[in-house]
Amino acid sequence: MIRIEPRENPSRVFAVGIPILSAVISLAFAAIPLLAAGANPITAYGEMIKGVFGSVFAVSEMLTRATPLIFTGLAAALAFRAKLWNIGAEGQLYLGAIAAVAIGSGVLDISGILLLPLIIVLGAAAGAAGMMAPTYLKVRFGADEVVTTLLLNFIILIFLQMMLEGPLQDPMGLGWPQSAPVLDQGVLPPLMDRMRVHSGLILALVLAAIAQFMLARSVWGFKLRAVGENAAAARHAGINVRRSLFGVAAISGALAGLAGVSEVAGLKGYLTADLSPGFGYTGIVVAMLAGLSPVGVVIAALFIASVFVGADSMSRAMGVSSFLADLVVSMSLLCVLVGGFLAKYRILRTKGATA
Amino acid sequence: MMDLLNILMTESFWAASLRIATPLIFGVLGALICERAGVLNLGIEGIFVVGAMCGWMAVWLGAGLWGGVLVAALAGAFFGLLHAILTVPLGLSQHVSGLGITLFATSVSYYTYRTALPDVSSPPRIEPFRALDIPILSDLPFLGPVLFQQTALTWLALLMVALVWYVMNRTALGVAIKAVGDNPGSVDAQGLSVYGLRMGAILAGSALMALGGAFLTMSAFDAFFFGMVNGRGWVCIALVIFASWRPGKALLGALLFGAFDALQVRLQTEMGALVPGQVFLMAPYILSIIALVIAARSADYPRALLTPWFKGQR
Repeated sequence: MIRIEPRENPSRVFAVGIPILSAVISLAFAAIPLLAAGANPITAYGEMIKGVFGSVFAVSEMLTRATPLIFTGLAAALAFRAKLWNIGAEGQLYLGAIAAVAIGSGVLDISGILLLPLIIVLGAAAGAAGMMAPTYLKVRFGADEVVTTLLLNFIILIFLQMMLEGPLQDPMGLGWPQSAPVLDQGVLPPLMDRMRVHSGLILALVLAAIAQFMLARSVWGFKLRAVGENAAAARHAGINVRRSLFGVAAISGALAGLAGVSEVAGLKGYLTADLSPGFGYTGIVVAMLAGLSPVGVVIAALFIASVFVGADSMSRAMGVSSFLADLVVSMSLLCVLVGGFLAKYRILRTKGATA
Repeated sequence: MMDLLNILMTESFWAASLRIATPLIFGVLGALICERAGVLNLGIEGIFVVGAMCGWMAVWLGAGLWGGVLVAALAGAFFGLLHAILTVPLGLSQHVSGLGITLFATSVSYYTYRTALPDVSSPPRIEPFRALDIPILSDLPFLGPVLFQQTALTWLALLMVALVWYVMNRTALGVAIKAVGDNPGSVDAQGLSVYGLRMGAILAGSALMALGGAFLTMSAFDAFFFGMVNGRGWVCIALVIFASWRPGKALLGALLFGAFDALQVRLQTEMGALVPGQVFLMAPYILSIIALVIAARSADYPRALLTPWFKGQR
């Protein structure tokens, strides 16, 4: 017989060790699909490492890929801390991006230096609104936010297509469903010459640091954690649970919106319907690997970005499908879940029937 | 207004409604069984993808249509087993595990498809299920054309509604499944296995979900496309709340949804010039949210939904 019992003092080693171990195990598991595709796993891992760390350009690509993941990872981590299940970061990202091109592509006559701050603020506001709405439905009607945010992702994506074929379509775009480019004054400047990594990364890192500080040290962070751990007790202690939920909803949505702003104003320059290859959903994996800690989000985003960039490069070199990256990312989520269990509980072998 | 009535009177409209409703009937029934046993299965979206891919691929490899259905159900049950292990004996977050299963199942399906067919631009087609034409019955006025334009999988879905209703309401097994979703402690006290009941329910429910996916590639279409499930799984999670976890109401909810979706397509062709087409495409998702908002207040959730249970712990 086996018996499961909680550990009395979960070691801090687990908190750091399990995400790292999960990452390594999920990468090791990738050997199975690689073999199934007829590729030599050792060569494939070599190609992946070369693809991420082989050159300055490769590292820049990895950091570029990590930038939106830090934003969406923070969005998920903060909301999940309050047990607010924001699965809608993908939609909120697009709301931020729509706001960015609506303001930034010269439709409104806004003078130079104000344009970039305005894009950032309104992009964040659009994302925030995108999470406030389902939070209202949750608080007012008890409609489960998991389902509403998931469904909103599809609604917003269709809305985006409508915008890109309508009011936001680039008149010079030869009829393609894409927006006009963001004006030069609205662009998040690149960090290095001839590289794609841009100052959206700095914004993401600053916000991660602020989030870490607020969560650990501020009254706001304390209330947020209290609501997440036990809403009834928090209410009893005089915390306004609704206000806390709306607050974290706004911040979570705003962070996801900023991912869209950063991709449009920092990387692509204009908006298309394939701006995000699922950054919103991947952000959930980032947050879980991070143990919902903002600093952890930065590290987890770097790891996941490495997997994506490495797998892309390996895929080009060896002809293995780049869906391998999604496979590794999803496996790392399942591994970290199981790891979290092993950190909290221990499995004992009991001899005979000792009920 | 007359146009609307004219649409509602046509046989083809109701035939289309039932066709659109079919994958949702499978999905809602599957979600219903899992949730009745106390476990939310957000793996549904990915399990739809797995069912669609595996069913199609089995047929493409020569397993025959019913062979494909069986393969799809088994593949769905496999991912259900994974979710069951994570959420029942390990008691991990049902939200996160379910989303993890969806991501995993989707990427396994896409990777397998791409690896099997590296450079095809147009996906290979299979010979899908044909409409069941039953000689005398299909000549019935109205009902004949509505029902007998459907394929065997739609009939299977309707049969499943009856079967799930029967099991849930008329058998000891159904009583046990409902009890384990309301009060697992009492089921344990009766000497029944909480783990066994919950895991079994998740396996059965996931197999049904996969059939919803299989319908897409083996009946509604004849090939597999990326992104073809397109949120149908999430719609089912909303509909099961709307159906208050009852098989009969699940059928009703899926049919209503199918009718609105079919209406949306027809209105789009009638009024396409006035309103952008996307407004109609949004309709099904908006409807799901509205249905959820209406039903949420009075929803009688299974009491132990989302709550893990460990043997020997109070």
